[in-house]
Amino acid sequence: MLTYIIRRLLMVPLLLFGVTVLIFAMLQFLSPIERSALYVRDIPRNDKAVEGIIKRYKLDRPMHEQYWFWLVGTVDASTGKRAGGILFGDFGYSRTGAEPVATLIRNRFPNTLDLTIWAVAPVILVGIWLGVQAAVHQNSIIDQAARIFSIVGTSFPTFVFGLLMLMFFYVKLGWFPPGRMSDASSIIVRSEEFHTYTTLLTFDALLNGRFDVFLDALRHMAMPILTLSYISWATFLRVTRSSMLETLRMEYITTARAKGLSEHDVIFKHAQPNAMIPVVTLAGFSVILLLGGVVITETVFNYPGIGQAAAIAAAQLDVITVLGFALFNGLILIVSNLVVDVLYAVVDPRVRLS
Amino acid sequence: MAETTPSGDNTLLRETVSAREIGRMERFLGPENYRIVMGLLKTPASIAGFILIGFFILIALAAPVIAPPVNAKDPYKIPRDGFKSEPQPMGSLWKTKQPPLPFWWESIMGTDQWTHILGTSQGQYDVFYGIIWGTRTAFRTGLMVTIATFLIGIIVGSISAYYGGWVDNVIMRVVDVFMTLPFILAALILATILTPRIGKSLYPAIIALITFGWMTYARIIRGDILSIKERDYIMAARVIGVKDSRILFRHIIPNAIFPTLVLASLAVGDVVLSFAALSFLGIGTEVGYADWGQVLSFARNWITSLDTYWYIIVWPGLALVMYVMGFNLVGDALRDVLDPRMRGKT
Repeated sequence: MLTYIIRRLLMVPLLLFGVTVLIFAMLQFLSPIERSALYVRDIPRNDKAVEGIIKRYKLDRPMHEQYWFWLVGTVDASTGKRAGGILFGDFGYSRTGAEPVATLIRNRFPNTLDLTIWAVAPVILVGIWLGVQAAVHQNSIIDQAARIFSIVGTSFPTFVFGLLMLMFFYVKLGWFPPGRMSDASSIIVRSEEFHTYTTLLTFDALLNGRFDVFLDALRHMAMPILTLSYISWATFLRVTRSSMLETLRMEYITTARAKGLSEHDVIFKHAQPNAMIPVVTLAGFSVILLLGGVVITETVFNYPGIGQAAAIAAAQLDVITVLGFALFNGLILIVSNLVVDVLYAVVDPRVRLS
Repeated sequence: MAETTPSGDNTLLRETVSAREIGRMERFLGPENYRIVMGLLKTPASIAGFILIGFFILIALAAPVIAPPVNAKDPYKIPRDGFKSEPQPMGSLWKTKQPPLPFWWESIMGTDQWTHILGTSQGQYDVFYGIIWGTRTAFRTGLMVTIATFLIGIIVGSISAYYGGWVDNVIMRVVDVFMTLPFILAALILATILTPRIGKSLYPAIIALITFGWMTYARIIRGDILSIKERDYIMAARVIGVKDSRILFRHIIPNAIFPTLVLASLAVGDVVLSFAALSFLGIGTEVGYADWGQVLSFARNWITSLDTYWYIIVWPGLALVMYVMGFNLVGDALRDVLDPRMRGKT
């Protein structure tokens, strides 16, 4: 297993290189002056100054030089300050966010993370359990409902689903408002007594013992959570179910039953661990789905996360910001794929022992 | 089987084959592909899917008859009834610039006055017209993206599989890199970059969806070719000295392509979902282009009064969901048919 993990780790720099090249290639569609937003805040209007900037940040140099400066940035000789350099966390300046892209991501990512944790955890805990139940009681109501639900679910565009949710639960019933939190809890969160531990609102609220803030946050997140996760519910349930069905047909399960093990032990100790292997792959895949999903979901529900910022930037053709988000998402995906592959090695004995 | 029959006398072989009636269709497609087609035609879910797809094809073909355009040269522009921003309810009268009446109108509606059957959205764009012509947009974008991604996928996948070694390794790592960005975000970026350069139209989004959509096909066809490459008849072709390119194009690809082809034809629905998502975010076509995502995006400004203006999301939303569901129903049945454990059963 160690060699497998080492081999897998060696892939990481390669993928990082590939992703940066891909994004750098897309940057080349921009004119040198548009690209200067990577290094400077305000792009001057007069031609001389513009030329100076292009010279200073080497925007007219050959590709490989530009790529290198995009990676490490340039140090201003007089002030000793570094400008640009994605390796140092400087993704350029966001026109639509009116702050550096990195700051924009830092401010908004906790909101997105908060949302995705609440969207994923119930799916993994309950969705897998339901899938096992659907397999054990084949052709039962859960089984049929899961199938119908997954076909309808995957045909439903996120934004249509989101708009319908808003129509019923916000406009008609007034149960769940869009946005992040109510004015009342916003005052509490900004007050002195409210300590920030994790920057994730729901967890901070719990740690501060403010259940009113916690419930208010959940109330605002209810619709985005459901919108973000309904497809995952459907897919997790189905994959778990079919994998579990396949495992239950294997001979070693018959052996276990013949040995006289209780049905509970057969299902949860012998069948389920093996049935989880494809589910782990799916978990990695669903990170990709979620990161794409937040763009639409956050926009529909006016939820201040990175997805909404990316959508706003895209609608106003602010390429530097959108590319910054792409880079950030690429990093998250490379890391999460790594975690999934290692996890895969842990759960699958064929990989673990080879 | 050839070894078990003595040469010169292959009655046994002939009997085994003729035991089953082989239809023209089966001979044309080959037994494996024939099984896939028959499997799809026998499942109730996929029949329902085919009916839905057929229904939308009819609407797309008959669009000029169902909702005649005001300007025949530019039918994808949704006609506007004035410029007021507030949506008008279903069945309200058409006041300015009435488009020509379709032939079926008077006999069904009993009036010669155009009404907004499904209401108007923000800016007085007619929702009904948008849905009908949006069907054409859905098929156009779906087909263009699917055909292009399919071709790219086939070319890249077969080069990768046939040459193997370092070529395969490099290509597959490139595929990995392309898959590292979330699809919708990657498409969003490229469309954002392209829009100011080639203008607002269908193309920025289409090019973006193609650029980040070919990888799955490349992977699938690669896998299929790798398994077919090892078959005896390919070895036989090599032994008698057939050229590489001829083996690839005449013997391998035709035998490997079918599952990918079927998968691709079903992706027409998925492409439309991504396309609608992009145009919902305001990327792609200009305002007022007959496209379902575009019509839906008008609703974004009327969230607080959606109980009154429900028709601006329910109707285009329904069209979109039904369209995609048609393809998904067939796709779901296809997954069962393609499942290797089902092989040999019909």
